[in-house]
Amino acid sequence: MSADADTRSATEVRPGATQAGPAVGAQKDTRRDSFAARLRRDWPLLVMAMPMLVIVTAFWWVPALGNVIAFQDYNPFSGGILGSPIIGFTNFAQLFGDPQFIRAVVNTVGITAFQLVFYFPVPIALALLLNSVVSGRLRAFIQGVVYLPHFFSWVLVVAIFQQMFGGAGLIAQILRDHGHAGIDWMTNSDTFILLVTAETVWKDAGWGTIVFLAALSTIDPNLYEAAAVDGARRWRRMWHITLPGLRPVIVLLLILRLGDALNVGFEQFMLQRGAVGSKVSEVFDTFVYWSGLRTGDFGYGAAAGLFKGLVGLALILVANRVAHALGERGVYSRS
Amino acid sequence: MSKTKVSGLAPWEEPGSAAGRIGKGGVLALIALAVLLPLYTIVLTSLSSADTVNRAGGLVLVPDGITFDAYRQIFSDSVVSRAVLVSTGVTVAGTAVSLGVSVLGAYALSRPGTLFHRPILFCVLLMFVFFPGLIPTYLMVASLGLKDSYWSLILPSAVSAFNVVVLRAFFMNIPRELLDSARIDGAGEFRILWRIVLPLSKAVTAVIGLFYAVGYWNAWFNAMLFIDDTRKWPLALILRSYVVDSNPLPTATVGVNGFGHVAPPTLAIKMAIVAIAVLPALIIYPFVQRHFTKGVIIGAIKG
Repeated sequence: MSADADTRSATEVRPGATQAGPAVGAQKDTRRDSFAARLRRDWPLLVMAMPMLVIVTAFWWVPALGNVIAFQDYNPFSGGILGSPIIGFTNFAQLFGDPQFIRAVVNTVGITAFQLVFYFPVPIALALLLNSVVSGRLRAFIQGVVYLPHFFSWVLVVAIFQQMFGGAGLIAQILRDHGHAGIDWMTNSDTFILLVTAETVWKDAGWGTIVFLAALSTIDPNLYEAAAVDGARRWRRMWHITLPGLRPVIVLLLILRLGDALNVGFEQFMLQRGAVGSKVSEVFDTFVYWSGLRTGDFGYGAAAGLFKGLVGLALILVANRVAHALGERGVYSRS
Repeated sequence: MSKTKVSGLAPWEEPGSAAGRIGKGGVLALIALAVLLPLYTIVLTSLSSADTVNRAGGLVLVPDGITFDAYRQIFSDSVVSRAVLVSTGVTVAGTAVSLGVSVLGAYALSRPGTLFHRPILFCVLLMFVFFPGLIPTYLMVASLGLKDSYWSLILPSAVSAFNVVVLRAFFMNIPRELLDSARIDGAGEFRILWRIVLPLSKAVTAVIGLFYAVGYWNAWFNAMLFIDDTRKWPLALILRSYVVDSNPLPTATVGVNGFGHVAPPTLAIKMAIVAIAVLPALIIYPFVQRHFTKGVIIGAIKG
């Protein structure tokens, strides 16, 4: 379905080239060539695609199909994937009765919703701010600085936050020097959602501005001039020109985010689960790891993973449909 | 007229109020500080003596003598230096494999209408919308006998659908006539890719290479899953164990010096490991930075 995405783009069918003409013409499309002729023509491309296909097959298709163990009482030692008994939806039934799983779902959805409000607008605001910086050199410098944390691993980001906000961190240290009680936000489960959101902002908000800055640069400057001549001042111009110009990108990213709602950053939560406890930090992916892989209950963990994968798939398809209904381009289109 | 030019404003643009400009400057300074201050104090702490760290009661903000003791200790110890080697090796080999496979695959997919174009594209695009799951992937790697092999750190993450699509979109924009004329001159597909397409796509290839390299350098979870032998751990996993969890590794000798037993690493040593982990990104970054927009935008639009 999504393969139809952009295959129908410009270069494809050329009405003039129905007959395989002389050498050059043959290179233009013809679906009507015989299979053998196309194979003769395109085999080098197939060879080139081969390494990619092998890897995708081995580490995507086979595992994707390997999800059948979600319906099995899977035992790697007796029987494996072919010999383990099929138990239908038992794993799933057990899953929906597992309080830890429910907690993972609630936490995941809660964190996504929270970050939609407190993270999503940050890159937009930052992009508007950067865009309003008149000096090109200053803007390039700030951009360079704010993109940087995107390239740090989560381990680093958590380590850095630990050194800033942890019990022995910089803030606690400064507070203690001035006679206050120290703080430890790294192990405080009440403020955990603020902490992970702050980490996400620090790491990715700068990087997130790229798309918005690019969209801003495509807005016709004459619009601003015309509006200014008509007496619209800064804020009005932003409201009536800039924000409408950003709308398609905002909608697109919002949809992508909704389609991705079940992914809240696996590594980030894995790393901090020990410090704050599983009550607030258990999300889908950590649940799969801790109750499937760690315990060796592979079938059960696979059921949780498959559930997440399918819900995620459905969310993306629905989000895209909504985008089209709203008249936006969506994630993939059919034209 | 000349005045407006100096300030960079368009002639019709009203200059901002003084308060507004000061406010904006303040916010920008805060943002820059939020990124740079942690890096500054981490590097400074890693370069400080144990005395200075003790006196500061933690991270060092004001420099008071520079010493490379922490780095010397780290590199005299086999655990961290091994990990740096492992990470470097995995990053170099992984980036080469990923980039090679992705460039070939993207070029193969860059011409709609060729044989099996749609099914192959479908295979790749499906990766965007469905993640097969941690456990089946783990079982696959285990059943291929890749546990405790460095390949387990490379192959499962070797192909990123996003990167393939970005490269493909770029290749598709290369004028067809150029490729056709090369073909008339008798060049085969491999030759065209190597001699014409790649030289025209240096920037995007560099950005994708950076994305892959950063991914490999930063990865720790695959190593935690697949590598039981701590001597084969990459730096990111050492970082997690040492710094985030403050565990002494069983085989570590950092911290043994002077005590005779394994103690948790000192703050300076922790920060030195953090600094080493950040370093490669900081070095490559300026060279690739200006190409970011292109790579990311194409991906965002086509993805």
